Amino acid sequence: MSAQMSQKSMLGRRVMLGAPLVVLAAAGGGWALMLRRMAGGNFDPHSLPSQLIGKKVPDFDLPGLNGGAGITGAELQKPGRTMLVNFFASWCIPCLEDAPMLNQLAKTGLPIWGITYKDKPADTEQFLSQHGNPFGRIAVDLPGRVAINWGLYGVPETYLIDASGIVHWRYAGALTQRVIDEDLTPLLHRLGA
Amino acid sequence: MRRLCFAAGLAILLLQVAPAFAVSDPSELLANPALEARAEAIGSHLRCLVCQNESIEASDAGLAKDIRAIIRQQVVAGRSDKQITAYMVQRYGTFILLRPPFEPLTVLLWGSPVIALLLGAAIAFFAFRRQRREAAASAPIPLSPDEQAKLEALLRS
Repeated sequence: MSAQMSQKSMLGRRVMLGAPLVVLAAAGGGWALMLRRMAGGNFDPHSLPSQLIGKKVPDFDLPGLNGGAGITGAELQKPGRTMLVNFFASWCIPCLEDAPMLNQLAKTGLPIWGITYKDKPADTEQFLSQHGNPFGRIAVDLPGRVAINWGLYGVPETYLIDASGIVHWRYAGALTQRVIDEDLTPLLHRLGA
Repeated sequence: MRRLCFAAGLAILLLQVAPAFAVSDPSELLANPALEARAEAIGSHLRCLVCQNESIEASDAGLAKDIRAIIRQQVVAGRSDKQITAYMVQRYGTFILLRPPFEPLTVLLWGSPVIALLLGAAIAFFAFRRQRREAAASAPIPLSPDEQAKLEALLRS
């Protein structure tokens, strides 16, 4: 009886010693996976889910860049085709990385409209002449209040809107080839764009 | 005694440190102190989306400054604290609340004290039970009738 007991408590001791090691190994594995996904651009611990997903964009009316046509909420609530809306600014460093990606997407025929965030029109003009202009239309949000109504928390941010005006996807940060191939392109195929 | 004085002094010193607000521009503040206090209370419960570990009131980020201004506009316009908070949650989700609400995503967060308590109770229960069993197992074996008779004889003599 007592021999059996001591054998049982030996086993218990072994479990008690082993459990922390197992927990530590699991935590290490999870950590390594997170770092790998962060390095690949598939995971950003600071990224927030957009509250606009599955909804239409809020009402707004912004003037165009230097007398060009502006953008209203009503137009994006029923655009009639799948399109992207990109918030950007000339002062924004990641926007430099975003620009070639947007140019590449625009070449595929995907309509992209731009909204400048807290950017002086003259600076925007210079940015576009230097880095290309993929935008079908550009509106100016100098006070940045429309951006807050969209739930924007940084630039660049890219929104995918379907023909009926529903927001399907929001990407915060510069688009990468990987994000385009793995996230955006399959979504565009699903929406038939 | 000296140590007690030191602790008390430190406590008084710490109490005097006002919460650090990032409002650097006095024109941001509302003239009415009651309304300003309400705006500060609302903003200090909202997370800055840029710095993420600071409140809207404490952050120096441009976005936090804009949100501070929106809160003050709405306070002046007579909207309630609840309405203003709901306005922010509608745009940025419950992540903007520094005190997360109880919802499916936060069940584990809010439930962790209960889970820890139950886990502790279970461990204590099994530990006590094992202890009692071991104590019972190591209790002296009762004397056989033969031994009992011997013992009685010895005691009598």
